[in-house]
Amino acid sequence: MIAVEGLSHRYGDRQVLALDAWRAAVGEHWLVLGASGSGKTTLLGVLGGLLRPTAGRVTVAGQDLAALSGPALDRFRGQHVGFVPQKLHLIPSLDVEANLVLAQYLAGLPQDHARAREVLGALGLAERRHARPAELSHGQAQRVAVARAVVNRPRLLLADEPTSNLDDANCAQAIELLESQARACGATLVVATHDQRVRARFEHRIEL
Amino acid sequence: MNLARLSLAYLRAKPLNTALNLVLLALGVATIAFVLLATDQVEERMGRDARGIDLVAGAKGSPMQLILSAVFHLDAPTGNIPLAAAKELARNRAVKKAIPLALGDSYRGFRIVGTTHDYVAHYGGEPAAGRLWTEPMEAVLGAEAARATGLAVGGEFIGSHGIAEGGEEHGDRPYKVVGVLKPTGTVLDRLVLGSVESVWFVHTHPEKHDDPKAVLAALREDEQEITALLIQYASPIAAATLPRFVNSTGTMQAASPAFESARLFRMIGVGVDVLRAFALVLVAAAGLSIFIALYNAMEERRYDLAVMRMLGASPGKLMRLVLAEAVALALVGAAIGLVLGHLAAEVVGGMLSAEQQGAITGRTWRAEELWLVALAAGVGLVAGLVPAWRAYRTDISHTLAQA
Repeated sequence: MIAVEGLSHRYGDRQVLALDAWRAAVGEHWLVLGASGSGKTTLLGVLGGLLRPTAGRVTVAGQDLAALSGPALDRFRGQHVGFVPQKLHLIPSLDVEANLVLAQYLAGLPQDHARAREVLGALGLAERRHARPAELSHGQAQRVAVARAVVNRPRLLLADEPTSNLDDANCAQAIELLESQARACGATLVVATHDQRVRARFEHRIEL
Repeated sequence: MNLARLSLAYLRAKPLNTALNLVLLALGVATIAFVLLATDQVEERMGRDARGIDLVAGAKGSPMQLILSAVFHLDAPTGNIPLAAAKELARNRAVKKAIPLALGDSYRGFRIVGTTHDYVAHYGGEPAAGRLWTEPMEAVLGAEAARATGLAVGGEFIGSHGIAEGGEEHGDRPYKVVGVLKPTGTVLDRLVLGSVESVWFVHTHPEKHDDPKAVLAALREDEQEITALLIQYASPIAAATLPRFVNSTGTMQAASPAFESARLFRMIGVGVDVLRAFALVLVAAAGLSIFIALYNAMEERRYDLAVMRMLGASPGKLMRLVLAEAVALALVGAAIGLVLGHLAAEVVGGMLSAEQQGAITGRTWRAEELWLVALAAGVGLVAGLVPAWRAYRTDISHTLAQA
C-alpha cells in the first residue's frame, strides 16, 4: 500500500525529514511517533501528495507519486487520500453537509448528498448537518473533519495529531473513531502524533 | 456545489463588505449609464429637430438664441422680421425650401406657432384626428400638447402672450382645435400650430365681434411680420453665400442649427466630461475596494484555500474561484448600476418633460452599456488577479501545519 525508499526533505539547508525505508500493507493502522519538529507533518504531506520530497521514492496504492503531474496529483489526492489536519480547518461559510459535498466536488467526484448524510449519520452528526462549523463543539468539529476525510472512501487516511488537547477519555474515543472509519472504508490509516498515550493502541509504529 | 455557489457562500459570509463593494460599483456604473443615456438622447433629439434645416433667418441678436427659439422652441425669440424681407429671401435661387414661423404666444406652456403646412410636412407630421388648419384661428395640436392639455378636435382655447405660462391672455380671440397630430418624436409634438395670419390677428387691437378676414385684409404691409424663416439650401454652395447675403440685409441675421448646436454641446460637454470622469473615479474606487476586500479575504482564507487544495482542488481551480468571486461581485454591481442609471434617466426625464424639454427616458438601451458591463467585469477581473495569484501559490502543507 505504502512504499517509501530513501526519502528525505529539506527546507533550504535544514533537513526536516529522513526515512530510509518503510512499507505498510493495505488496511494496516500505523502510528508515526516523534517529537515536534521531527518531520511527522512533513511525512504526512509527502504521503498525501501535498508536498514533493527533495529526494526519494514514494509509492501509494501502487502509484509512484513523483510520476504524477500537478493536476493529476491533485486528483489522486482528492480521490484516494483523506486528511484530518490538526487544526481541522472546516470551511466556516459552509454548513456541515456542504463541507462534505465540497470534498466530493473538489475531488472531481459526483456530488452524492445521500453518501454525505450516511457518513454524518454513522458519526452521530445527522442532527447537526445544517450547522455552521462555528456552532459545533470541538468534539463535533473533529467528527465532521473525519467525516469529510472519509466521505470519498479514500484508500489512505491520514491524521495529524488527532489527540492534542484532548483528555484521556476523548483521546481514546478519537483514535477509536479513526480506526473504525478506516476499517469501514478499507483504508490504510496513518496517525502522526507525539502523544505517548496512544502508543499502546497501535501494533505498527515508526519513530522519526 | 460549484464555483458559483461557493463564491456566493463567501460573499454572503461578509454582507457588509459585499454591500459596500456593490454600492461603490453600482454608483459609478449608474452615473456613467445616466450620462450616456441623457447626452445621447438629447443629442439625438436635437439632431432630429434640426434635420433638414440648413439655416435660420431671424431678427438680429444672439445666433444661438435664434436657433434655440426657432428650431428647438426652448428660448425666447430674438424679435421679428418684416414679412416682405423674408419673402424676398425665400425667392432667392439658393433657397430650396423656406418655412415661415410666427412665434410669441403660448397655451399652458405649449408654444403657438404660426406657420404653413410645410412645417408639419417637414417633420413628417400627419393628423391622427381631424385635419390641418385652413382658416385663421384654426389650430392643430402636437401629440404631446394635446395629451397634456386634454384638448381635442372641436375644443377651443385662448392663447396667452409670451412663451411661458401666466402671460396676458388674448381674451376675446379663441382658437378652435381642428386637428391633432400623430406623435413624431420631434419638437412638433410639443407645439400648437396654426396659420401665420392667426398670430397676426390675435395681436391686432380688437374691436368687438370683428371678422378675422376683414381685420387681416386691413393689415398694412409694415404690420406683417414673422419671427423666423427656416431655410433649406438648394445646393451646398449656398452655405458659402446665403448666410453672408442674409447678414448684409441689415434687418436679419442668419444662424446655422448645426453650428450652434455643436457650439452648445461643446459648452455642455465640459460638464458632461467632468461627470463622466467622476463616474470613472467611482468605478476605479470600487475596483480598489474589491481588490482590498478580496486581498484581505484571501489572507483570512489562506487556510480554507489550503484545505481545498488538500481536498483535491488544483491551483487553477482556486484561482478561478477567486476570480469568479470578484467578477460575480462586479457583474452584480454593474447590473444594479444599470438599473439605477435607467431609473435616474426616467425620473430626470419626467422632471424635464414637465418643463417642456422632454425627450429623456430610461426605457431605452444603448449598445455602449454592454461596454459598461464589460468594463465592470474587467475591473473585477483585475481586482481579483493578485488575490487569485496568491491563492494559486498557496503552500498547502506549510499552511495546514500552521495554527
